Amino acid sequence: MADRIQVGSYTLKSRLLVGTGKYRDLDETGHAIEASGADVVTMAVRRTNLGQNPNEPNLLDVISPDRYTLLPNTAGCHTADDAVRTCRLARELLDGHNLVKLEVISKSRTLYPDVVETLSAARTLVEDNFEVMVYTSDDPLIALELEVIGCVAVMPLGAPIGSGLGLQNSYNIREILENLKVPVIVDAGVGTASDATVAMELGCEGVLMNTAIAEAKDPVKMAQAMRLAIESGRLAYEAGRMPRKRYADASSPETGLIE
Amino acid sequence: MQILVNGEFEQIEPQSLESYLTDKSLLGRRIAVERNGDIVPRSQFTNVVIEDGDVLEIVHAIGGG
Repeated sequence: MADRIQVGSYTLKSRLLVGTGKYRDLDETGHAIEASGADVVTMAVRRTNLGQNPNEPNLLDVISPDRYTLLPNTAGCHTADDAVRTCRLARELLDGHNLVKLEVISKSRTLYPDVVETLSAARTLVEDNFEVMVYTSDDPLIALELEVIGCVAVMPLGAPIGSGLGLQNSYNIREILENLKVPVIVDAGVGTASDATVAMELGCEGVLMNTAIAEAKDPVKMAQAMRLAIESGRLAYEAGRMPRKRYADASSPETGLIE
Repeated sequence: MQILVNGEFEQIEPQSLESYLTDKSLLGRRIAVERNGDIVPRSQFTNVVIEDGDVLEIVHAIGGG
């Protein structure tokens, strides 16, 4: 049976979720997203420039809501109230589509999630019938609380947003995986293909990334690399790795040797 | 009368939201509107009359992670 991931009421074919920020232009965005094979594509909600050219291309023309599952984010929101307002605008923008990526980020240079505001926004949004995929810190207690509130996916960071440092917290991610029933998706921190594989080998249900693809020298090629890395990591997780040993263990039989 | 749209003050004549959006070449485009903190569904654009002191937020989708 084909590999599927269930996030709330959504059944996804790809365990790679991608962002649409930081690309050179919409053309490059479209090609990279296509190469990634992702179903879920994040987007941001921003004020419309009132003096703009009416023919200016729109993200939704390139990333069609008919083809992709759009995941509007609340990036830039520093309070629960702003995050909730942004989600409601997104739902209207996308004709009632209720899947959102909640992120309430602190103003510090770490861009760490503000978990106090995040918890508060999550409660309001779940109450208001949103399906909430939530970006959070790697604190196992907070992750569990977000599941209890009713979030459909919990998305801890692997390293700070846009840092590309790779998974810096495998102990915490493992702990979160052991305690949660909803999908755990690493969001932020991946720099290259092997980082994504590491997250998948730990047992994460998926990885969400943006900068690692958008800021690669060749984003389309990196999108393809990430697609393979995610598939590879998932297969390795399902296959179950061999135990680590302290000493060598010959692969060829040590009997029947010529003398 | 004066309204606040996307953080900028603007002087306009009394009119419906639909007529205001048409003037801005925004009608029919993929946007969402919030008026004084509440969402205005697209189906209500014709019925909603903008009032003095209204605060509007008009948003669209852009690239983001």
